[in-house]
Amino acid sequence: MGEILKMSTQEQVINRINDVFDQKKDILNVYFTAGYPMFDDTIRIARNLQNAGADMLEIGIPFSDPLADGTTIQESSSKALANGMTIHKLLDELKDLRKYIELPVLMMGYLNPILQFGVNPFCEACECVEIDGLIIPDLPIEEYIDNYKEIFTAHGIHNIFLISPNTSEERIRQIDEWSDGFIYMVSSSSITGAKKGLESKQLSYFNRIDQMNLKNARLIGFGISDHVSFSQACRYAHGAIIGSAFINQLKNDASEKAIKNFVTSIKK
Amino acid sequence: MKYQVDERGYYGKFGGAYIPEMLYPNIEELRMNYSLIIDSDEFKNDFEDLLKNFVGRPTPLYFAQRLSEKYQTKILLKREDLCHTGAHKINNAIGQILLAKRLGKEKVIAETGAGQHGVATATVCALLGMECVVYMGEVDMNRQKPNVERMKILGAEVRAAKSGSKTLKDATNEAMRHWINNPFDTHYVIGSVVGPHPYPDMVARFQAVISAEIRQQLQEQEGKNTPDHIIACVGGGSNAAGAFYHFLDSNEVNLIAAEAAGLGVSSGKSAATTQLGKSGILHGSKTLLMQTDDGQIIEPYSISAGLDYPGIGPMHAHLFDAGRAEFFDITDEEAMQAGVELSKLEGIIPAIETSHALAVFGKRRFGKEEVVVLNLSGRGDKDLETYIRWGKY
Repeated sequence: MGEILKMSTQEQVINRINDVFDQKKDILNVYFTAGYPMFDDTIRIARNLQNAGADMLEIGIPFSDPLADGTTIQESSSKALANGMTIHKLLDELKDLRKYIELPVLMMGYLNPILQFGVNPFCEACECVEIDGLIIPDLPIEEYIDNYKEIFTAHGIHNIFLISPNTSEERIRQIDEWSDGFIYMVSSSSITGAKKGLESKQLSYFNRIDQMNLKNARLIGFGISDHVSFSQACRYAHGAIIGSAFINQLKNDASEKAIKNFVTSIKK
Repeated sequence: MKYQVDERGYYGKFGGAYIPEMLYPNIEELRMNYSLIIDSDEFKNDFEDLLKNFVGRPTPLYFAQRLSEKYQTKILLKREDLCHTGAHKINNAIGQILLAKRLGKEKVIAETGAGQHGVATATVCALLGMECVVYMGEVDMNRQKPNVERMKILGAEVRAAKSGSKTLKDATNEAMRHWINNPFDTHYVIGSVVGPHPYPDMVARFQAVISAEIRQQLQEQEGKNTPDHIIACVGGGSNAAGAFYHFLDSNEVNLIAAEAAGLGVSSGKSAATTQLGKSGILHGSKTLLMQTDDGQIIEPYSISAGLDYPGIGPMHAHLFDAGRAEFFDITDEEAMQAGVELSKLEGIIPAIETSHALAVFGKRRFGKEEVVVLNLSGRGDKDLETYIRWGKY
């Protein structure tokens, strides 16, 4: 009995992600691409977002072929790559992360650059700089369970799974079982930045998932761009993720003041 | 069945379905249904009927006497260049669009590099009354104007892929994004043996008509149903997959793949994936890929747009890894010379993709009594401008 209990606690990762859902509601998670608009902007933008009142941060690892992302995020990735950003350099930049940032921090990236870095060394490095979770859109769940979960868990990292309006109830239950940070609800059948605002059929999907009594918290992403869509999302989930709208903001004005105004305009 | 796909969608350590969750229902629908549909008698009848009456199959297995004399071996050309639309691509387009209809889809999307797969897809969509959108890199649209117009005449909409390097890999990204945004009524016709499982297997099975015919024609013409060697060019690798298919597990048949070396394997301007690539993930499958140490995809180069892809189908990655196939890297120059040689010796102007396969004769000796089948995957009409620019004929 004692043995089994010990094993299950060992397999469970508890980190800042779990804490933030315990302590706050209407979580605002903001995505930005590492190395954009300038190579060394990553820590600076993270600090500005924290000061402005964001609750969670998602740092994008740029990739040449981001399949699930729209034009806005792809362009920011291309710019970041042109600026010379790589996983090695990013992890180097993030060495000072925890000097400044208390918020939970996720990294979002496609599988190939992580594979080339090496999954184990990558997770080790993430643990070292105290990254709390990873979102890898093209890592299928079954593959994760078979080949990655053990490594992620050993380094205290949550893997965040996505669900979409077309994900079957059975699969959602399975994903809920396998998740232990939060579930990323993609608001519509789309790539990032494809649609603005939320329609009634999306709200009914949010409601449907809300009624499922999942054990994990949920954040809604894709199509969240302003105060209205953010507060709509918060009505059905524990918060929301803003990506493309923030990248567009950075493109126009990436100053601390502009970032402060952006976050304030979302949270009000 | 050592070299066929396994039940998890892998060829050895390559393959799989590395897709975002948003595509999971689309891929799952295909995976659950494709074998059942392809193996049904009704589907087979429709497929075979169109291959015969619309495409003009079976294509001849033609004894190339003068080429054989030159290289002191027995060369048989599988004449896929005689297919309607000028290449083997139509075999797969017909198969997938018939399948899409049975899945209740109304719209079809496709990616295209040089435009051959786009033209084949637009052709079959016209034939079967489906809406068709083809994604093509903006750079390729400028390079391949006649094929853009062909697709438009056939009623397809051609959309420019303006992201990234604006070539085939970006057109593929855009088509996948379109599919994520339109999951219900749309089927994505991938043009090669690449992409997430079940695509590599599905495309290989539609192209396997090539090796099925080779087998039968060899039996009739040579009195035995296996050749000593089969040569095909490989970009993504659909014509090679089709030519190899029924011989994969016949170890007495030597498989030979010709990759595009561009200006030379170490020139920085190449598409020789097995020489330059490492295992990685792109467009939904684990395979050999040309990439930087940091895992960013490298834009390949070849004079032939159809071989200008940074990856290779997972089946071929496995054939390479397992040492089942010989791989040759052929430069632009070697390919162009081989294309002109075939034109002058046999009266056939081949596609430049195919010319890479033909150039293998200059690089490797074959026995006088050996039977060598070369898959003549396409005709050279589309490449006339490239031949003219090269000029040495």
